[in-house]
Amino acid sequence: MKEYTFFPGCSSEHNASAANMENSIQSMCRILGIKLNEIDDWNCCSASIGYAGGGQLPRMAMSARNFALAQKQRGNADLVATCAACWLAMRETNERLEHEADVKGAINTALGEAGLSYDGHIRTRHFVEVLIEDIGWETLKSKVTKPLKGLKVAGYVGCQTNRPFGVCGDSFENPLYLDRMIEATGATAVPFPMKVACCGGALMFSETEKSCVLTKQILQSAVDNGAEVIITPCPVCQLNLEVYQGMINKNLGTNFNIPVLYYAQLFVLAWGGSWQDAALHQQVVAAEPLRRFA
Amino acid sequence: MAYDLSFAKEVYKKSEMGHWIKMCMQCGVCAGSCPLRAHWQHSPRQLFQMVRAGKKDEVLKSSDMWMCTSCYNCIARCPRNLPITHIIHGLARYAETQGKVDPKQPTRRFAVEVFWENIVATGRVGEAMLTMRLYFQDGIGAGIQRGLEMKDSALGMLKTRRLNPIPFRGKIKGYDGFKKMLAKAAELEVKLENKA
Repeated sequence: MKEYTFFPGCSSEHNASAANMENSIQSMCRILGIKLNEIDDWNCCSASIGYAGGGQLPRMAMSARNFALAQKQRGNADLVATCAACWLAMRETNERLEHEADVKGAINTALGEAGLSYDGHIRTRHFVEVLIEDIGWETLKSKVTKPLKGLKVAGYVGCQTNRPFGVCGDSFENPLYLDRMIEATGATAVPFPMKVACCGGALMFSETEKSCVLTKQILQSAVDNGAEVIITPCPVCQLNLEVYQGMINKNLGTNFNIPVLYYAQLFVLAWGGSWQDAALHQQVVAAEPLRRFA
Repeated sequence: MAYDLSFAKEVYKKSEMGHWIKMCMQCGVCAGSCPLRAHWQHSPRQLFQMVRAGKKDEVLKSSDMWMCTSCYNCIARCPRNLPITHIIHGLARYAETQGKVDPKQPTRRFAVEVFWENIVATGRVGEAMLTMRLYFQDGIGAGIQRGLEMKDSALGMLKTRRLNPIPFRGKIKGYDGFKKMLAKAAELEVKLENKA
């Protein structure tokens, strides 16, 4: 049993927008023998856009409070995030705490107001890094009991697991980890030129028309390359690509009806998990192309 | 004509990561890498040169910085490895603290008035409340219209248990300390800026 400290983040809460990611990742963990120990009383990471309302130091203090709680509750065990934005906010904060003494001093003074402190030394990791580096490709492949043979999948990496830190040494312009995950389940990764294009992120809420154009181009590229489903590691990408399809069809004259899933949902199904285990009942655009494997 | 470097010096000192602007060689890779390039008036490269040229009001009142989606493409591609995304965030935040931003700028409104207030209210995002606040920020009529446009999506999210039907949520247990921590961090941020 491998254990990690776990930061689920707000969208992975019960009844929140990435509940399907959380549920399918927990199913993966049950199969792999991974225990994710959730930080008690964690707070929001404040994402990237937290800079605007709070400023950088308060934004980083929010991640630092989670580090301080993690250290107090679980020592220096690796801290794992499943959300791209949470992981990025944590990585950025961790790097600045490590390299900038004045930032570390100020953050600890702020933490002191909450009766907390953080002295560094916790590694902040994304769940896909745990899968690739700690579990390994061979194990991920060996668990497959129901290969998703013939399923055509577009691996949409998006931005924040890819830039600026990257996953496991992949390049920024053509990261391969998601395609390799698709192939590991027995499915086919289609060529996908828009795999690292931006979906608009949080600007979908404030600049909906501009973001819908970006999202439309990504969906179009997936469909044009023959994909039956899209997979992604990012809750914001998943939400934008899935939930706005109706609005894009209405406003931009398209006719998309393509399921947008998390990589974990493919793995769980290929590893013999049920439709429920893979949280495939929690898709707004129904995952019909996967029915033949259920 | 002499250059007026007073605004540049102000940005180098007070705007988060602003001092990196000195290193920009004006190649424009950031401009071509930005997903919102069809919409802004000035690219990051141009904004940086405007800082150097002392165009204070044009920079701080600009809507351009607020079109950053935090995709980090400009950081990944900058040949001088400048933290462009963070410089742009810094300029947007500095403009906000100086009261220069059009209060109707949509991303400023979302980020400052909806998102930040939402997370600070309880310690975590309340997605249902966030969506309601966003939809109704221009009044009840506009809110209902926007809600109707997204009706099918919202019902889909509710049916698949990905949206809480109750918009109110409790505070984190350590909420009092959390609030004090944020207040102290805001106070220290000003001190760090002045020292830089």
